[in-house]
Amino acid sequence: MCAQEQIRNEKFVKPRWSAVEWIIEKVLFACALSSILIVLFIVIFIFQEGFPALLLGTRFFFGMTWWPSHDLFGIVPTVVSTFIVGIGALGIAALIGIPTAIYLAEFAPEWMRNIIKPSVEMLVGIPSIVLGFFGLMVLVVAIRDNLGGYGECILAGWLILAVMTLPHVISISEDSIRAVPRTYKEASLGLGATQLQTIRKVILPHAKSGILASLVLGMGNAIGETMAVLMVIGNPNIPGIPTSVLDSVRVLTSTIVIEHAYVDWGSMHQHALFALGAVLFVIVAILNLLTCAVIRKGMRKTT
Amino acid sequence: MRIETEEKLVKAGLSATALISVIVLFIVVGYILINGIGAISPEFLREAPYRFEYGGVFPQIIGSLCLVGVCLLFAVPLGIASAIYLAEYAPDNAITSTVRFFVECLAGVPSIVIGLFGLAFLVYYLGIGVSMLSGGLALGFMILPWTVRASEEAIKTVPQAYREASLALGVTKWKTIRHVVLKSAYPGIITGILLGMGKAIGETAVVLLTAGSGLESFLPRSLFDPVASLPVYVYMLATQGHTPGALSRAFGASLVLIMLFLALSVFALILRNRYVKKMDGGR
Repeated sequence: MCAQEQIRNEKFVKPRWSAVEWIIEKVLFACALSSILIVLFIVIFIFQEGFPALLLGTRFFFGMTWWPSHDLFGIVPTVVSTFIVGIGALGIAALIGIPTAIYLAEFAPEWMRNIIKPSVEMLVGIPSIVLGFFGLMVLVVAIRDNLGGYGECILAGWLILAVMTLPHVISISEDSIRAVPRTYKEASLGLGATQLQTIRKVILPHAKSGILASLVLGMGNAIGETMAVLMVIGNPNIPGIPTSVLDSVRVLTSTIVIEHAYVDWGSMHQHALFALGAVLFVIVAILNLLTCAVIRKGMRKTT
Repeated sequence: MRIETEEKLVKAGLSATALISVIVLFIVVGYILINGIGAISPEFLREAPYRFEYGGVFPQIIGSLCLVGVCLLFAVPLGIASAIYLAEYAPDNAITSTVRFFVECLAGVPSIVIGLFGLAFLVYYLGIGVSMLSGGLALGFMILPWTVRASEEAIKTVPQAYREASLALGVTKWKTIRHVVLKSAYPGIITGILLGMGKAIGETAVVLLTAGSGLESFLPRSLFDPVASLPVYVYMLATQGHTPGALSRAFGASLVLIMLFLALSVFALILRNRYVKKMDGGR
């Protein structure tokens, strides 16, 4: 995924130099640079706008209270809730996603695959706002009626985010299980091991790094997800550290969306929201880099 | 004997787990369909909304399509050009791997951060304001890496022999790319673009921050007007309209959104299957 092999035909043919060809190549190169430019601009603008709030230092990073009208911008409760919601969702997604990946790669007959694969692909594309609306109308009501509380809570966030993370976990885990060399499997089966023993002792240990990568990537997706989670977790005005799965919480993304609607441009509150964006950006970037590192390590091991 | 029973049990368990995704998909789509179908009527699709409980979603549908249009005008040419460079020209050096790394980076940026960037850069710094142009460009930033990836994959599946045949006839490299490579790769590229459209049309956070409140009851007259869109409309009604009338409109708008998305996905799927068949036949 990180580095792919190039198809190059310069090796075979050396065309004559031509001004038009040269210009076209440079223009295409300039277009290719646009992604770099956009990412750099994103970093510059997010950090520049968030800078005054990041300068609050410990009051921002270790502050326990987020109360904009009193000029208190502590992000600890929000960050803690973000990780609680993300990790829980990932746990559920892993419990369902890894067995699904094993089934798809090792057992599923062709017709089953033809049902499950497109469904998983569709699931990843369902607009998150629609999924959130579904969660609000169905999950939240079910939790409120059966378990008590307001219904808008961590548990609802876990379930909705698990649905959103699931497709990523399934597709990458399946790819890494399929990437285990056939000969390993055949050797194990040839020694008289059952299919199940082969999966447990040979295939899963080899696919471990890919599965791990899918989970880290899923975590990044879960933490960056906005609309679906926003609609089901309640977003109390003054967030605290949650004590039960039925507590309403706020996450980084939902705070930005809800509060940007009434923030004054140029106020410390606005800078604090961009600082939240910067924190989110850094967390997700670290998770993505970690995914790349895990995949690369796994690749080195198998080759 | 015991081991065989265990194998069977585990296999049954695995297949049951695998079906959960399918079941969830059907429940969500079915629930929206059942609750939304009642709200859909010719008036609902033709009229403008009036407060939360009245009117239809015509400006929202048009607004969403306009936003996706602006987004594609930005992301598609840039994405295809980047992909051609990466697949056909890029030497195997540090610059190329940096470009690839940043494409992956951009794909990993959470949509809300892209929304914030659009707000700071397009809306305030460039002074475009909350408008169709800002929203469309911000959506373009979001799907650019997907168009690059999809186009590059499509270009790479074109058999090397096609290029060699063309080059051997004395055709220049660029003409080979334009007339041979792109011609064989275009169904794959279009599939990628359709999937990107599906992603852009359902995106809420970016549009909410850069394009408008979603409740606008007028059609945009220029690129610089705020514009309504279906996902933001659903968001507003679902979180702020608490009457049955508002909720039924939210279901109706969700259904329209899902239908647009499904139509794009199915079209992309059909195109891809035909394309795969053609490529297999070509070999």
